[in-house]
Amino acid sequence: MNMQNPRQVYGETLLELGSKNNDIVVLEADLSKSTMTCLFEEKFPDRFFEMGIGEANMTSFAGGLALAGKIPFTNSFAVFAAGRAYDQIRQGISIPGLNVKIVGSSAGLSDFGDGSTHQSVEDVAIMRAIPNMTVLVPADGIETRKMTIKITEYKGPVYMRLNRHDLPDVFLQDQEYEIGRSYLIREGKDIVVFANGIMVSRALSASEKLEMEGVSVRVVNVSSLKPTNENDIKKFAAGVKGIVTAEEHSLIGGLASVITYILRGSSVPVITIGIEDRFGQSSHNYDELLAAYGLTEDNIAFSIRRLLGQKIT
Amino acid sequence: MNMTISGLEKKARALRLHIIRMIGIGQKGHLGGSCSLAEVVTALYFYKMNIDPRNPLWEDRDIFLLSKGHAALVQYAALAELGFFAIEEIEKVKCLGAMLQGHPDMLTTPGIEANTGSLGQGLSMACGIAAGLRLDNRKSKVYCVVGDGELAEGQIWEAAMAAAFYRLDNLVAVLDKNDLQATGAITDRYNTNPHAEKWKAFGWHVSEVDGHNITKICETLDSVDNIKGQPKIIIARTVKGKGVTFAENIVAFHNGELTEEQFEKACNELS
Repeated sequence: MNMQNPRQVYGETLLELGSKNNDIVVLEADLSKSTMTCLFEEKFPDRFFEMGIGEANMTSFAGGLALAGKIPFTNSFAVFAAGRAYDQIRQGISIPGLNVKIVGSSAGLSDFGDGSTHQSVEDVAIMRAIPNMTVLVPADGIETRKMTIKITEYKGPVYMRLNRHDLPDVFLQDQEYEIGRSYLIREGKDIVVFANGIMVSRALSASEKLEMEGVSVRVVNVSSLKPTNENDIKKFAAGVKGIVTAEEHSLIGGLASVITYILRGSSVPVITIGIEDRFGQSSHNYDELLAAYGLTEDNIAFSIRRLLGQKIT
Repeated sequence: MNMTISGLEKKARALRLHIIRMIGIGQKGHLGGSCSLAEVVTALYFYKMNIDPRNPLWEDRDIFLLSKGHAALVQYAALAELGFFAIEEIEKVKCLGAMLQGHPDMLTTPGIEANTGSLGQGLSMACGIAAGLRLDNRKSKVYCVVGDGELAEGQIWEAAMAAAFYRLDNLVAVLDKNDLQATGAITDRYNTNPHAEKWKAFGWHVSEVDGHNITKICETLDSVDNIKGQPKIIIARTVKGKGVTFAENIVAFHNGELTEEQFEKACNELS
């Protein structure tokens, strides 16, 4: 399966968009070589603002650039982009609905070595709670590219959360991307897995293995955490015996909250996979860390079998 | 705008009277920090800035941001006097559904350029606007009023560094140095002084002026136009509650109520 790095794709797409649209400006908090906005900086130094290690000022400054008619992209690690600059995003940007794009890089546990201070388990929840905010989590490089293009066209504040590592391509190359929609990745009839980010590819591989056991699993990529088209979710949940949600985020305020809220009143059983109410920690590799938090293909498969009433050995 | 100095002085009194009427009787309102700015706001709106009340979004206008957004009443008074909206709106300030909110709201109020009031953020936004204008070679200037209590916000100093680093000489900040914060004298409660030395050290051009002397304020606003290559701050020495004698330098009128008697007295002083 082809692998791509979402932040590399984001940096390249931003550069490409910047070549066509002079209003795009990029702000950084001293992480450009990590967020890959260094590509934009190299080509368009006048439209690139190094703001030093000052996320609060960077974010309000971006609000000012939007007021002057620009399309600013602010960049930092997700934990800082959404956390340190929360009040700036809320007050100056979201209340008036300014056209600022906030890109949270190295999101979730993907900055595995740096530990809890640098891992964002609650960024989606924080951003979803703010009125006027759009919150997006792409599943791979293909979707990252399509999403970056769409949020540039969309007028209003957006939070986009990117993984640090290479991810397998799962989004169909010729599938049109629209903010708010969810996308069928694999058809199936027994169980539906609603996933986003890295968990989409993990759900896909779990479903491929289960197929050999005669279990048919539908995989849906819910990359738009707000807005989320409710009809899409209801349609994809129709006719199954059980529902799994899978996300690299706290179970509070992320995908599990979105899906269980939309499907409230349904009698179909749900298992939610995500980070329990706790912080991250350091690890020597990403997979090991994800496994410690139950964010694995095996856990998805286990949950599906449980929903189908199979005896777990 | 072509007004005499005495005309501008009268205008500042008129703004204060609007402030008092907006606060009314028995309702809380930010009297102190609004009245301390009457001359500064008058000089900006009625003398210095290029604006068009009939076209609030005129592309070549100068921009005014009130980073200390709690002083919104003085800005509302100026905008109403200029005709950005009907004067009757000031009677409905802070009423449910009103155009004039407790803090400046660009969505509801013509002439308001940003949503400010969470202190420390307006100066950063002013920097961003100034940088955006410069990218497009637009000649508009950006004026941003900050408070001396507000200088405790760390973001102010992040913005101060950014403005100097990016040499934003189309940005003029005005510091409303009224020496009081909400709970007492700045020197007692949380001392943000010395001001001039700090701003100079951060790379800004610093002027100081009597913030109630319209002539001097206008002269200073004109003179800083000639300073190139760095952002500029005008430290305006003011009196909190200025013009309402019983409220001058009284902390309780930061966000206080007026009795009927006080209301009448204030109106008489300003009429």
